[in-house]
Amino acid sequence: MIKYILKRLVLMIPTILLTSLLIFWAMDLTGGDPVQIILPENATVEQQEALRESMGLNDPFFVRYFNYMVGIVTGDMGQSYITGLDVFGTFMHRLPMTLALGGTALIVSVIISIPLGIWTAINQNTWKDTLGMILALFGVSMPNFWLGLMLVLLFSLKLGWLPSGGSSGFKYLILPALTVGFGLAALITRTTRSAMLDVVRQDYMTTAKAKGASYNRVIYGHGLRNAMIPIVTAIGMQFSLVMTGSALAETVFSWPGIGLLIVESINKRDTPMVTGSIILCCILMALINLAVDIIYAYCDPRIKAQYSKKG
Amino acid sequence: MTKTTANAEQAVMTKESLKQFKGRSMAQETWRRLLKNKGAVIGMCFMILLIIVAILSQFIYNYEADIITMSAGSSAQAPTLQHIFGTDKYGRDIFARIIYGARYSLLIGAGSVFIGLAVGILLGSLAGFYGGFIDNLVMRANDILYAIPNIMIAVVVVSILGTSPASLLLSLSISAASAFARITRAAVMTIRGQEYVESAYAMGLPTWKVILRHIIPNCLSPIIVQVTLAIGNNIIAASSLSFLGVGIAPPMPEWGAMLSDGRQFIRSYPWMCIFPGLAIMVTVLALNLMGDGLRDALDPKMKK
Repeated sequence: MIKYILKRLVLMIPTILLTSLLIFWAMDLTGGDPVQIILPENATVEQQEALRESMGLNDPFFVRYFNYMVGIVTGDMGQSYITGLDVFGTFMHRLPMTLALGGTALIVSVIISIPLGIWTAINQNTWKDTLGMILALFGVSMPNFWLGLMLVLLFSLKLGWLPSGGSSGFKYLILPALTVGFGLAALITRTTRSAMLDVVRQDYMTTAKAKGASYNRVIYGHGLRNAMIPIVTAIGMQFSLVMTGSALAETVFSWPGIGLLIVESINKRDTPMVTGSIILCCILMALINLAVDIIYAYCDPRIKAQYSKKG
Repeated sequence: MTKTTANAEQAVMTKESLKQFKGRSMAQETWRRLLKNKGAVIGMCFMILLIIVAILSQFIYNYEADIITMSAGSSAQAPTLQHIFGTDKYGRDIFARIIYGARYSLLIGAGSVFIGLAVGILLGSLAGFYGGFIDNLVMRANDILYAIPNIMIAVVVVSILGTSPASLLLSLSISAASAFARITRAAVMTIRGQEYVESAYAMGLPTWKVILRHIIPNCLSPIIVQVTLAIGNNIIAASSLSFLGVGIAPPMPEWGAMLSDGRQFIRSYPWMCIFPGLAIMVTVLALNLMGDGLRDALDPKMKK
């Protein structure tokens, strides 16, 4: 298993190199002239040229890319053109906020969706099933930033229960987490329902019932455990959605995470910040995908055995 | 002699009488099942209506006069009979803008999916059919795209090409292509070994014809379902990007851009946010109903 994880980590390197090359190239094409962003308008041509030289902007593309990648390894990804702050430091400073938002959203969605999915599956073809599925259909059809705005309208502006933006406490996390979590919950509910439907008709479920196992033991111990793989896959696939959703929710609720950082940096044409944040996001995604694969192994001993065999 | 003629006549009779009982084709059968699904029918009717309205809107409204020209006199009016969805900060009728804006959402949603579909089917079928080097190349490229959140791909593309409907279309089609390539590859790999493919080869068909005539038509079901759902997803993605300021810029009446515009006035004039969002939701809902219906109709075994 450890061998498998190491192998996956090594395989990540070319993917990250290529991804970062693409992003670095794209941002290099479009970033605009940093010298004009940094220096005041009345700077002389000599001053501009001196800054260009000192920033290494006159080097060939691949030299700059190489220097940049060396920087990544040592945690130095340049400074923001606007604030002058270290890119890596700023990203790491903002990361916990996005992780808190994404993590809470995921917990919210799992708490809602797995019981709802099971409930609709065991009540298949009844009004309960229809109700759950209609809810889920609305959830997947709703743009989540709009849901965020509607939640603000209801809970902040009309009822005054929750703040409409900011980040100074748990209260501030509720609406953004619901915003991101609702769409996720809808997707996971649909997957849970169909995975449970596959399982409930299996012979071992009847056997468990016949042996006199309690209702909860049959559903959760025998049913859910076996339905877990597609559900974990569905949850794992949603991480990219969590990131996207967070970027939108962060914009709606002024939640100071990575998403808002990237959106703000794009609007201010802060190229080092955009490039660095996107590359770091990709590395993060790759790590999360690996983590999901490892979780599979713990859910299903069969997969674990496969990994050990492959080494 | 007479006996043979009688036999021949009988044979013709049987053939003709058989024609009466001829079974429906797969498409007819699917269509029949689709029509039985209430949700899918509602979704389909709504989409047809929306497409007609989107086409007619340019004859009903004048883009310059009704859609983008500001009139201070009617600024921020709540919904009334005259303006059923109210007016925005600049006095423009929100209903007219939503109707006119349908074309952007539909064209970008459908356009990006069809571009993605063409590229995805091509790459996916080559990867699935040949395996080896091509497969590796396509799948690794796919892995990279998979590692970058869709929104970041769009941000990168839009920042290269500038904010315009065309760059939005292109950026969304990249992620669509990656999804379709994965689905097609998986479907082709299961079909490639079937006997009818081997017999097509044995009959001397060239590879491209085998892929086009025998393999792709047989893996269409998952692709058709995915197309419907992907159009909905891309409509949401396009409006999300416009909302973030990297999609279509105002004053074009794109639904996401309208939401982004209305957001700052949500406290005083909530209708500026409510209706464009509802438009997105209802459209995507209709597409999802159709997609779910199609999935059940194409594969009745899967219906649960």
